[in-house]
Amino acid sequence: MSDVIKIKRGVDIKLVGEAEKVFAPAKQVETIAIKPDDFHGVRLKLSVKEGDEVKAGTPLLFNKDNEQVKFCSPVSGEVAQIVRGAKRRILEVRVLADKEINYEDFGAADPISLDREEIINKLTASGCWAFFKQRPYNVVANPSAQPKAIFISGFDSAPLAPDLGLLLDGQEKEFQAGINALAKLTPGQVHLGLNADKAAGRTLSGVKGVKVTKYAGPHPAGLVGVQIAQLDPINKGEKVWTINPEHVVIIGRLFLEGKFDARINIAVTGAEVKEAKYHSTIVGAPIKNFVEGNTSDKKNRLISGNVLTGTKVDADGYLGIYDRQVTVIEEGEDPEMFGWLIPKPDKFSISRTLPSWFQRKIGEVTYNLDTNMHGEPRAFVVTGEYEKVFPFDIYPVQLLKAIITNDIEAMENLGIYEVVEEDFALCEVVCTSKTDVQKLVRQGLDLMKEELG
Amino acid sequence: MKALHNFIESKLKPPFDEGGKLHKYWPVYDGLYTFLFVPGHTAHSGAHIRDGIDLKRTMNTVIMALVPTLLFGMWNVGYQHYGALGIDATFFEQFLFGAIKVLPMVVVSYGVGLGIEFLFCVIKGHSIEEGFLVTGMLIPLIMPVDLPLWMLALSTAFAVVIGKEVFGGTGMNIFNPALLARAFAFFAYPSFMSGDSVWINTSVKEGQAVVDGFSGATALGDLATTGATNYSPLEMFLGTIPGSVGETSVLLILLGAGLLIFTGIGSWKIMLSAVVGGTVMGLIFNTFAPYALSPEQQAFMAVPFWQQLMLGGFAFGVVYMATDPVSGSQTDTGKWIYGFLIGFLAIMIRVFNPAYPEGVMLAILFMNTMAPLIDHYVIQANIKKRKKRAELKTAGA
Repeated sequence: MSDVIKIKRGVDIKLVGEAEKVFAPAKQVETIAIKPDDFHGVRLKLSVKEGDEVKAGTPLLFNKDNEQVKFCSPVSGEVAQIVRGAKRRILEVRVLADKEINYEDFGAADPISLDREEIINKLTASGCWAFFKQRPYNVVANPSAQPKAIFISGFDSAPLAPDLGLLLDGQEKEFQAGINALAKLTPGQVHLGLNADKAAGRTLSGVKGVKVTKYAGPHPAGLVGVQIAQLDPINKGEKVWTINPEHVVIIGRLFLEGKFDARINIAVTGAEVKEAKYHSTIVGAPIKNFVEGNTSDKKNRLISGNVLTGTKVDADGYLGIYDRQVTVIEEGEDPEMFGWLIPKPDKFSISRTLPSWFQRKIGEVTYNLDTNMHGEPRAFVVTGEYEKVFPFDIYPVQLLKAIITNDIEAMENLGIYEVVEEDFALCEVVCTSKTDVQKLVRQGLDLMKEELG
Repeated sequence: MKALHNFIESKLKPPFDEGGKLHKYWPVYDGLYTFLFVPGHTAHSGAHIRDGIDLKRTMNTVIMALVPTLLFGMWNVGYQHYGALGIDATFFEQFLFGAIKVLPMVVVSYGVGLGIEFLFCVIKGHSIEEGFLVTGMLIPLIMPVDLPLWMLALSTAFAVVIGKEVFGGTGMNIFNPALLARAFAFFAYPSFMSGDSVWINTSVKEGQAVVDGFSGATALGDLATTGATNYSPLEMFLGTIPGSVGETSVLLILLGAGLLIFTGIGSWKIMLSAVVGGTVMGLIFNTFAPYALSPEQQAFMAVPFWQQLMLGGFAFGVVYMATDPVSGSQTDTGKWIYGFLIGFLAIMIRVFNPAYPEGVMLAILFMNTMAPLIDHYVIQANIKKRKKRAELKTAGA
């Protein structure tokens, strides 16, 4: 039995449009796209050109600075289009998918009998390496580095987040094989965080070879960063790798079957979705597979990911590689007369200046929130509000001010190595001054990475 | 509503737009537009949903918390006036008299302050920020009723320009602007800000006269000079005593404090620790009262600590001024220290230096200066902890 760690600071924002716990009929994935923007800070080079035939597991892109790290196609088919933006920056590599996927063969092998080197070679060759994230800096991990531990969060506490138990159901064998591979990568431990208040599902609760810790409390309890901070905070010079459990399953398949089989399950959620359900699909699938004919007629925002950290996508866009959810909410473009004065009950707030606190007090309330800012950007004025939703031993406002002033020493002292953008997402939501907190944190991480590497 | 919005967008906005004739005055348009409407801006980066609170709502909550003291202050001005003249007046007459005296102060304070804010915003091209909405309300509440309006205007101008705009506007200031206005008036025009004749309006019409034996001193002024006052603790609590316009009623200030604490806008940590600080200093004085040099001093030091908390501007300062998030301590631990020292110093200054019986003002301004230092040490503790953790780790490995 593992101890329960209680996360006190945070808030659950309950939204309308939770996914029903059933799977929608599977739709054929006709195209997929790999988006370089998902791999922040990596300088990428193409290894294919338009018209090339690829298999699932054929590299599409590779890291210019570390050619070992490849980004592979999750499907077989023809490279249809390379979408470029300003300065010929690559935005998307689109692949037209075959009906039946052909896989590159990487050879099945039991990770227990392989050494670290061999496992890394397999993971990098097949494209699975892209799933490993490194902290500090929140970038794709460097295979030549030694992480002090690997952390996996086994539950998602974000608004409308899918139930990972359901997402991973029936994949015990694959998950275990993936964990066995991960165990070889670090001299430390592989940590798995589970929700103390909810059953984790067979796949996660039955796994061996990991250190399980249970967490109770509101979001961001499910963020891997919070879990790292509780167990083994990152010090200067240390590295920790993180990975999503659904990607551990993909790694597991690589070792069991020898192929890069990037099928995943996701949840389609949000107030403006007609049928909020779970979907079986492939990494990089087109958003239209989930929203076409499935959203209201309002002007909506399509988000790949959740409402806190997700990316705004167009109807012809694609699912982000690290996302396990699509959310659709209304755009809030209507100006509101005396909106700052009238205490309307349809707004969420952690302060008690709006009836929101009372609604949450008397019972389960779900909000139908739009994307309106509810105010204009201002300088930092109110104090103590980030701290209510930020369960780190870090002074968030002071760290942000250090970032604004590009003060590298102060950033380091104040704990920038321990955080990534998503850890600050709730601060951004509750901010009275409407500060773009996540953007600032990214800016700080980029500067640190550039200066200190 | 929609029609009004369309009218503003189509008729009023164009000249202020980029390239329009009045583009220079965009902040003025923007200020008025955002007063009427929360704009339909949507989140562009980061979180897609946002909290319903903004700075306007925050500031508005503080103003709500101030309204009871303002209304009471108006009535009290009239009550004191008619009391001094020995005239029986109805509640309405008292309120009306006070309103006629106090409203111009509010108008001057807002007019001058917002005027300067608008000017700075137009020059600097940044949008108009809400900070002055509270400051403009606070300034008349902490001034004596008989302060000439031009002095009030000058103090306000000083506070806005030197106290705030030179630092970059709302959120950037070091001192609480409203207190700075008071400090300016206090040191520039001491005879209008202290003594026995400024707290009660004793303007007489023909046939009226001040009653025999009238003293216009405040309860705190009495105690500081003679060690005794005729006002009862109940009067101090209810606020039917002379003083600055809004500071007298502890009861209504507590009501305001309740709203600020409940909504989370005002820091209960600062308020509570300031009261604790004042209590501690009060108790120390009570204990050492017999050893004071003069009998007046002895009597003042012997004033029960709980009465000290109700005297003068202590309650008002602690609830509305010390809790200013910009000029106060920003860390949780810092807030405890900051609040405690404000309470402690306020009572100390008041008793030790009868020339400045209004110790709260000086205590808060002093602690405004000290707040960054307090925060610095609180944050250093966090930094040390982090470094120690890293060292332990390397030592262990």
